[in-house]
Amino acid sequence: MNPSIDPTAMSPSSKTVFGFWLYLMTDCVLFATLFATYAVLRHNTFGGPSGTDLFSLPFVLTETMLLLTSSFTCGLAMIAAHRGAKTAILAWLGVTFLLGASFLALELSEFSHLVAEGNSWQRSGFLSAFFTLVGTHGLHITIGLLWMGTLMLRLLRRGLTTISARRLMMLSLFWHFLDVIWIFIFTLVYLMGAIS
Amino acid sequence: MSRPTSAPQPQPETAQGSVGSYVLGFALSLAFTLTAYALAANHALPSRTLVTVVLGLGVMQLIVQLALFLHLGKGSKPQWNVSVFSFALLVIVILVGGSLWIMTNLNYHMISPTDTDRAIIHDEGVGP
Repeated sequence: MNPSIDPTAMSPSSKTVFGFWLYLMTDCVLFATLFATYAVLRHNTFGGPSGTDLFSLPFVLTETMLLLTSSFTCGLAMIAAHRGAKTAILAWLGVTFLLGASFLALELSEFSHLVAEGNSWQRSGFLSAFFTLVGTHGLHITIGLLWMGTLMLRLLRRGLTTISARRLMMLSLFWHFLDVIWIFIFTLVYLMGAIS
Repeated sequence: MSRPTSAPQPQPETAQGSVGSYVLGFALSLAFTLTAYALAANHALPSRTLVTVVLGLGVMQLIVQLALFLHLGKGSKPQWNVSVFSFALLVIVILVGGSLWIMTNLNYHMISPTDTDRAIIHDEGVGP
C-alpha cells in the first residue's frame, strides 16, 4: 500500500464506501421491480414474436463473456491499487473499459436490430418490459464507463491519492454489481426465453 | 514497558482479496455460465428440471461473485453492509414473489367465462 494513502479508503467499513453500498442495494431493488415486471409480462406478446423467436444465444453468450471478463480485470485493477502500482491500475482499467465498451456496442446493435425489424418497445408488453430491463442495465453500464474514463484521467494527472483510491473502490463495487445483475438477465431473460 | 514508536502499525483488516481469489471467482463464474448455456441451448434435460438447474447455476454464480468479487462479509468484525444486503434480499423476495403471485391469480380470474369454466374443469377436476 502506498504510504501516502489513507489505508481505510478502500475498506468496506469506510463511511463513504458503506454509503455507496446502500445506494447499490436500493439499485438492486429497482432492478428487482423491473425483473418482476418482465416476469409478469413475458408471455404477453400480443401476437408478436416471443423471446424464443428473437434472441440469438451465441450473441448473448459473447456479451456475457465480455462483461464477466471485464469484472475480472476490474478486480485486478483493485489489486494493483492495493500495491499502489499506478501504471498497472491504468492498464487494467483500460482493458476493463474496452471490454465494457464492446459489451455496450453489442447491446446497442442488438437493440437497433430489433427496432429495425419492427420489434421495438411499442410492439408488445413483452418487448416493453424487455427494453426497460435490459436498457436500464445498459444505461448503468454507460454511466460506469463515463465514470471509469474520468477516473482514469484523474489518475493520469494527479496519481493515486486517497480520494481516487476510494473512488476506484466504489467503481469496482459498481462494476461487479452490474455483472451480477447481468447474470440474472442472462439466466432469466435469455436462457429461460430459449427453454420455454 | 513502552511500545517502540517505530513499530509498524497493524494493517487494518481490509477485505481486499488476492489475485488467487479473483482467478478462482472468474473460473467458477465461467464454468457456471458455460454449463447453464450448454444445458439451455441443447435442451439437455426436461423443461421443468432444466429451469430449476439453470436458475440454481445462476444463484451459485451470484454467491461466488458476492464472496470472491464483492468480498461480502469478509472482515474482522460483523459488518453493516451484510445486514443491509440481507434486508435488500428480503425486500426483493417479497417484491418479486408477491408480484408473481398476485398477477398469476389475477390472470386466472380475468379470463373469459368459457375459459374460466374450462380452467375450473381442467385444473380443479370439477365436472360440469
